[in-house]
Amino acid sequence: MQAPVDYLLQLADSALILGQRNAEWCGHAPVLEEDMAMANVSLDLIGQARLLYQYAATRLNAEGKSAPALTEDSLAYFRDVPEFRNYTLLELPHFPSHTGLLAPAAAAERDFATTIARNFLYSAYMALLWEALQNSKDEELAAIAAKSLKETRYHLRHSRDWLVRLGDGTAESRQRLQAALQHLMPYTQEFWFASEAESAAAAQSTGVLPATLQADWDALVDDALQEATLQRPPAAGYVTQGKCGRHSEHLGYVLGEMQGLARQHPGASW
Amino acid sequence: MNRQEIEALLDRIPDPEIPVVSIRELGMLRDIRVEGDEVEVVITPTYSGCPAMDQIEADIRAALAPHPLRTRVTRQLAPAWSTDWIGPEAREKLRRYGIAPPQGPAAAEQVIRFVTRNAPEKGAPDAHHARAESQKHAVTCPRCGSAHTVESSHFGSTACKSLWRCLDCREPFDYFKPY
Repeated sequence: MQAPVDYLLQLADSALILGQRNAEWCGHAPVLEEDMAMANVSLDLIGQARLLYQYAATRLNAEGKSAPALTEDSLAYFRDVPEFRNYTLLELPHFPSHTGLLAPAAAAERDFATTIARNFLYSAYMALLWEALQNSKDEELAAIAAKSLKETRYHLRHSRDWLVRLGDGTAESRQRLQAALQHLMPYTQEFWFASEAESAAAAQSTGVLPATLQADWDALVDDALQEATLQRPPAAGYVTQGKCGRHSEHLGYVLGEMQGLARQHPGASW
Repeated sequence: MNRQEIEALLDRIPDPEIPVVSIRELGMLRDIRVEGDEVEVVITPTYSGCPAMDQIEADIRAALAPHPLRTRVTRQLAPAWSTDWIGPEAREKLRRYGIAPPQGPAAAEQVIRFVTRNAPEKGAPDAHHARAESQKHAVTCPRCGSAHTVESSHFGSTACKSLWRCLDCREPFDYFKPY
């Protein structure tokens, strides 16, 4: 049994875009240890994306519709905004919403609390999803899930530690983390409705319906927020649809930076 | 060449990042399948983004190149690599090299449903130890053997290590994370 390619791309694009966003801290993180941490988390995420893109490319090439043959690089570097299937949450800049900034600017404007909150919300979800996908009827996807699960649990431990440290920290760190949660929590609504690819994958037991993970995710989040002495903001309002290819204005800037070199020098190698 | 001879050749390939141990000792070399003059070498990555995989594949090809063999290198993901595959000898080599080997089975460290820690009062003298003591296995310093150590960073110089500090001999050291 083989999972729908769009389902693979949704997982791959999410890993890649958060990997790219976290890597923006490389050389700019608040402390050296976090500089290494963010780069390491990105390395894992981009590694996961590569495995999924390689598998997706093999599948698309087997369909024989695209010439020349697709590769992991063509999927990462030569698709445009509407073709990306990542969650909107992951393409947002590291800025608190009130700044209204679009592109990465001065390092001092980046907000570490936003980064931590986003990584926590996403890795808590992915730890549950990868855990479930270990039992996917798609053997290749199950193998990627088992591999990614170990990494994701470590990312969750890291972001959760910081969530508690900052939430239960100084007045300023607490205020900034609370603001970041306020800003990001509404975007987590996108996790729960089933996209076409998710419904199709769940129907053939190669994937799972996201709503089946919601209670466990709520428990992970509530437990961490309680220890961090933070309030859980409501997840209400507009439900974003990045995983269906409808994105915010921010993704174009991410792709601009990430794909620029590959598009200026197609096929170049180091 | 028979399987034993090929094994002996591949046994000598060091890990590109930690050259005191071989890729076999780290558990990355999963299988060698020989059929006539065809040999298939199966390797598995430590972490998904392990940048050493291309180097390892090139090293395998280079080791077998002088011999009349057709070499195929296959990357296999399942079962996912685990530090449980690192044997006692390799662990001792890591320790002598200055890297604390993974302590305890990988499964023990993989809890995602957390229990609330009894955090010490802020500023209490042992506030630092809360995290170390919440781990099931104390990490011992590879230099002086003291278990009086503290984690200074979740992430270290490579994906498979975290950074620790010994509170007795004061040396910082790498810890190979159970995984």
